[in-house]
Amino acid sequence: MGMGIEMRHKMAKRAAAEIKQGMVVNLGIGIPSLVPNHLPAGLHVMFHAENGITGMGPNPKAGDEDENLCNAGGFPVSLIEGGSYCDSTLAFGMIRRGRVDMTILGSLQVSEKGDLANWIVPGKKVPGMGGAMELAQKAKKVVVVMNQTDKFGESKIVEECSLPLTSAKCVDMIITDMAVFTVGKNGLELAEVFLPHSVEDVITKTNCRVKVSNQLTFS
Amino acid sequence: MDNRFQKITTVEKLLDFFHDGMTLMYGGFGGVGSPPTLIDAILQMGVKDLILIGNDTGFPHIGIGQIVSQGRAKQITTSHIGSNPVAGELMTAGKMKVEFCPQGILAERIRAGGMGIPAILSDIGMDNEIVTNGKQICTIDDKQYLIEAALTAEVSIVYAKKADPYGNLIYDKSARNTNPVCAMAGEITIAEVEEIVPLGSLNPEEIVTPGVFVDYIVPSQGVNWKWAWE
Repeated sequence: MGMGIEMRHKMAKRAAAEIKQGMVVNLGIGIPSLVPNHLPAGLHVMFHAENGITGMGPNPKAGDEDENLCNAGGFPVSLIEGGSYCDSTLAFGMIRRGRVDMTILGSLQVSEKGDLANWIVPGKKVPGMGGAMELAQKAKKVVVVMNQTDKFGESKIVEECSLPLTSAKCVDMIITDMAVFTVGKNGLELAEVFLPHSVEDVITKTNCRVKVSNQLTFS
Repeated sequence: MDNRFQKITTVEKLLDFFHDGMTLMYGGFGGVGSPPTLIDAILQMGVKDLILIGNDTGFPHIGIGQIVSQGRAKQITTSHIGSNPVAGELMTAGKMKVEFCPQGILAERIRAGGMGIPAILSDIGMDNEIVTNGKQICTIDDKQYLIEAALTAEVSIVYAKKADPYGNLIYDKSARNTNPVCAMAGEITIAEVEEIVPLGSLNPEEIVTPGVFVDYIVPSQGVNWKWAWE
């Protein structure tokens, strides 16, 4: 929201760096959908969609769209070699069975324990959870890509989520427009800071306990 | 045309199956793979107080979204209404009751209905009251699970690419989505299809839904809405 395209791509690029050869990856809407643009050539990844696609490829050119080949957000995609179609139950079986290696998704709030709240603002916005609960709970690695703060300047990383949870203790990494955090058994750790921000800037905008990694990097 | 199984028919001949207050299950995901000709016929008939079961509420002018946004449903079991603001307004105004269910569990509840299984056990959404509300919990090997009841409907409407006269179905790419499970969970299943092909012309190894589950086949007139990406 209100974020420059350059920063959106920087965040997407950082998320892309988490993807390793041979992974099955599910991407949410928004910034996560930019991730495929930042993968190195020759890296084989199967992008998974909840509506029943394994091996999603790039968006087709205008005029080449197929109305019956769309991602979970309803937008035209393509299929790579080795890709396949299945029904929704199988697509979710892949998730629940632990065959989806990573999900990259947006969020409204994340707690220091890795609790995720990403689908409901009581009394305001109740769109429904879609497939977010299964993905958050069962994907092997959960990477959240979101702004550091909301439109009121409040930290979206909090001690306890005030919004209803999508899933508790599920987030492994948070990539914001200021920094990268990891969530482990020792709590929230600041791993990377995006210049020109300083560690102090990031900590000021993070509304919970955060440990600074001894391998902290700047980029 | 070969119609030895008496399944191939027209939408007009099936209208008696649709009535006020009925449970109606529909295939489709964001409108992709929802049967446009059947949805249009239901709209034209003016049936109301429908109890819907399906993945999402489409967009206001796409798929089942048209029925929802005209206020024809009194209740829906679904996973997502975010693409259809009218659905949200009806819910907030108390005009349509919405039961939210995690997407994969919704599909699995429909599958259970189609498979003749009364319920499934799920550990999805146990941190959220909207999901757990009113559901029984059972314990297996010291772990807790929600009992998620199977879903069936008086009529299921699905969309497929091809049918043979027996109702064997194959689907079209991501338009398959929830259609194969919805096809099994209707007391009556109506398949709207792009093409009706001769018996024996579908490869038996590649049939996705055996015709056993399909009661009627109607030819599709094609999509009559504009997609969000167009």
